[in-house]
Amino acid sequence: MAERVGVYVCHCGSNIAGMVDCEAVARWAKENVSDVAVSRDYKFMCSSLGQAMIEEDIRKEGLTRVVVAACSPHLHEKTFRRACSNAGLNPYLMQMCNIREHVSWVAQERDPATEKAKSLISAAVARVKRQEPLEPMKVGVNPRTLVVGGGIAGLQATLELADAGYPVVLVERSPSIGGHMAQFDKTFPTLDCSACILTPKMSEAYQHENVTLYSYAELEEVSGSVGAFKVRIRKRARSVREDLCTGCGACIEKCPRKVVDNDFEVGLGYRKAIYMPFPQAVPKIPVIDRENCTWFQRGKCRVCEKMCQPGAIDYDQQDEIIELDVGNIILATGWKLFDCRKIPQYGYGRLANVFTNMEFERLCNAAGPTSGKIVLRDGKTEPRSVAIVHCVGSRDKNHNEHCSAVCCMAALKFGHLVLEKTGAEVYSFYIDMRTNQKMYEEFYCRLLEEGMHFIRGRVAEITDAARMPGEEGKLIIQCEDTLLGRQRRIPVDMVILMGALEPQADAKELGLKCGISCSMAGWYTERHPKLDPVATMTDGVFVAGACQGAKDIPAAVAQGAAAAARVMGMITKGTVEIEPVVASIDEEGCSGCRICNNMCPYNAIEYDAGRNVSRVITALCKGCGTCVAACPAGVITGSHFNNEQIGAEIEGILWDARAAAGRGAAAAV
Amino acid sequence: MSKGKLAIYWAASCGGCEISILGIQEKILEVDKAFDIVLFPCGADGKVREVEKLPDKSIDLCLFNGGIRTSEQEYMARLLRAKSRVLVAFGSCAHEGCVPGLGNLHTRKEIFETNYHDSPSLDNPGGTEPHHESSVPEGTLHLPEFYDTLKTLGQTVPVDYYLPGCPPESERIWEALEAILTGQLPPPGSVIGVNTTVCDVCKRKRTEKKIKAFKRTWEVVPDEETCLLEQGLVCCGPATRAGCGALCPQVNSPCIGCYGPNGGVEDYGARLMSALASVIDSNDPEEVERIVREGLPDPVGTLYRFSLASSLLRRSSRQAEAAKA
Repeated sequence: MAERVGVYVCHCGSNIAGMVDCEAVARWAKENVSDVAVSRDYKFMCSSLGQAMIEEDIRKEGLTRVVVAACSPHLHEKTFRRACSNAGLNPYLMQMCNIREHVSWVAQERDPATEKAKSLISAAVARVKRQEPLEPMKVGVNPRTLVVGGGIAGLQATLELADAGYPVVLVERSPSIGGHMAQFDKTFPTLDCSACILTPKMSEAYQHENVTLYSYAELEEVSGSVGAFKVRIRKRARSVREDLCTGCGACIEKCPRKVVDNDFEVGLGYRKAIYMPFPQAVPKIPVIDRENCTWFQRGKCRVCEKMCQPGAIDYDQQDEIIELDVGNIILATGWKLFDCRKIPQYGYGRLANVFTNMEFERLCNAAGPTSGKIVLRDGKTEPRSVAIVHCVGSRDKNHNEHCSAVCCMAALKFGHLVLEKTGAEVYSFYIDMRTNQKMYEEFYCRLLEEGMHFIRGRVAEITDAARMPGEEGKLIIQCEDTLLGRQRRIPVDMVILMGALEPQADAKELGLKCGISCSMAGWYTERHPKLDPVATMTDGVFVAGACQGAKDIPAAVAQGAAAAARVMGMITKGTVEIEPVVASIDEEGCSGCRICNNMCPYNAIEYDAGRNVSRVITALCKGCGTCVAACPAGVITGSHFNNEQIGAEIEGILWDARAAAGRGAAAAV
Repeated sequence: MSKGKLAIYWAASCGGCEISILGIQEKILEVDKAFDIVLFPCGADGKVREVEKLPDKSIDLCLFNGGIRTSEQEYMARLLRAKSRVLVAFGSCAHEGCVPGLGNLHTRKEIFETNYHDSPSLDNPGGTEPHHESSVPEGTLHLPEFYDTLKTLGQTVPVDYYLPGCPPESERIWEALEAILTGQLPPPGSVIGVNTTVCDVCKRKRTEKKIKAFKRTWEVVPDEETCLLEQGLVCCGPATRAGCGALCPQVNSPCIGCYGPNGGVEDYGARLMSALASVIDSNDPEEVERIVREGLPDPVGTLYRFSLASSLLRRSSRQAEAAKA
């Protein structure tokens, strides 16, 4: 029996109709495309009236297939699938044809755009006739959630979920949770103490009955899919038994080995070989840095073991592998600081009194290496003038094109702290001041009043080569003041480089494990930049905080809470539907060559050695088609994207080419 | 019961298929019991003019090997199609063009240049090359016309069955003949063979494949236990229809793909290329390019050795353009 296809051409207001003659296209489809029983155009197909029209036609006209020529399936495939379902048609017998993003938005002339729309509709009709009804699979949602990253975004997500009564596993790479926020002194624009607002959240998360914290641990592998992920966590050996340690700190005090702390104190301070990153660390359990420990390196010492009353030191401790089932995953892995050495003309690493923003955070932190005193690298001289250079490695085509979002406000905060603590002159070298959140502009005005100097222009060079009187022994900032329209040289004692926020070095790798992608810059890609900012293209994997893009604390907290809310929604619903668009292997034809085995980005292919065949684990398959393309024997089929359907689609799109080719061939003879 | 009529013919091919037919050994007597041979230029007598006189569809079975490169071959293909009830494209040349099909990378002009002018072993002072028509004092002589493009038998006339292999293995020939004799045939148009690949019968140990470098056969002495592809040799086994019994891998030599694509595969070379690309163990575009360039110096000759003429590519289009101009 021939199929009865309904074609629905959407105007999308003027989005499509402005460039495509929708009415003509609909008429053409009815007259020229075989098996089209109904063809209509309408102003907004996604509106309830548009949907009702499709539903009515399915019932009254006995449509067996539906083609909606409108926007991207990304946007409205679900809408139209639902409309088909409502009218009793299997939703997978509906095909969307994108004549907005693929046609009207990119075309420049009306006639060719209209012709292109016709071709795409012809392809969709040819394809939809070969589509098969599919049934989605239902999977229960495990209420336990994995949160990766114990910075402020991850902590917020953890606490939201735990307080709602759901179990959370929080994995943190460093020995303590807290993230970058633990390193800061004050937070803008309110200037409240960072530690004062952060540490209660840290200890709350640690003590919460619903939270299991694995610090000094990393996510190693993820398999499974939404609702039922299996994760493998490597808990690195602390060399200290967590069950026995009381956190008294005697071991740290007596440890004879002192090393530069390049992590928490960013090279400005020292720690011991057995250490906690900072006094308020959570958990309050030290870690032995085996690379610097005298016992591990030279086989002598064991002082910490002697000092430890409860006997918690365990030099033979091994990494522990923990395997867990979770329903959802929230990635809140944060950011890393731009390496300011990459801009040699700014002299970081060469000129002693050029500091990075993180170094300065530690300098003014009361718990930092100088107990909060702002001093030069010599550790005692207070600067009498300070330059703050914005956009170091941000808004820069050579490094990162993005704006790091927090530096303008952080620079104002630094300016305030310098003025308050030292009374030095402060110069800010900025490109644009970006203070567009609540109370931010007010903070900027406050600094203008407090007497911070603002010079608009990108700094060309920072040098210690004096050329003019008054420059001796100083760092000279060479810069074009674009408001004055002239070059300036400003000698200062101290320079703070506002280094960019960058994606973590291993963000892509972790993303791959979880099946999500990164933007060109390396930030995790959200499902929709406006309407779905914390979900990702992989169901059950959410992102929060700076791993999704540079952002400040309030925004990171908001995303943490948002991701938690999304997860709670999933848990409350209890089950998720999984797309039935999956690959399957014809076991009769499979010769077990194993080429597909390590192709699958979702680990959904298993090899059955007994029968010498590979098999797709349907619940894990996302239908991406990688294995289908890789199978040299052609025995893997992707449902909804099989050869017949794709072939028909190609033939459909070339509806007018056969005649043209016939003419061409005749001419050639 | 009266005996059926059998024709065996060769076109653009090497003659290996005939030898393989004779390789069924004493079973040839069974064939003789069932059939009268009306045409078998390589093995028996029989004249084309006799075949021309036969009524249409009076030959019960024709095994046709070789591709169609000349006008004479095309004539014979059409003649035997008309006279035969069942026409079998026998062997890789008739099935998918085989090595003669690689000539489709060049134009007729280029092939003649090489064969009649440039070849170092040639002694052709007059620069003679074949012409379709030549005038001599006695009149006009005709040679078959040499076509620009080699076509498979199936691209020339409708074919009932395909028997793959270069050449088809004698056991498979006998199985096919048995099926034909007993009338147990698959639907017309299909390949007589199994729908699985050489790996299915290959005994080598296989694991997940990650290849850092492709090697050529002279570069390594492969270990006899492990999958040859895993050792970096371009083994076409994963993409090639089973039927040979994995003869080449058994003797430590990679499969070169003579049994053609598995059932349902449109384009053998594209399939194999996509599979090989999938197992290269690198995400660095430059490294991938180096691995391919160094290890696969002749992609068409390696991936389309047997199937260029029947592939979606069919022939080199640059050359086709040049030929038109």
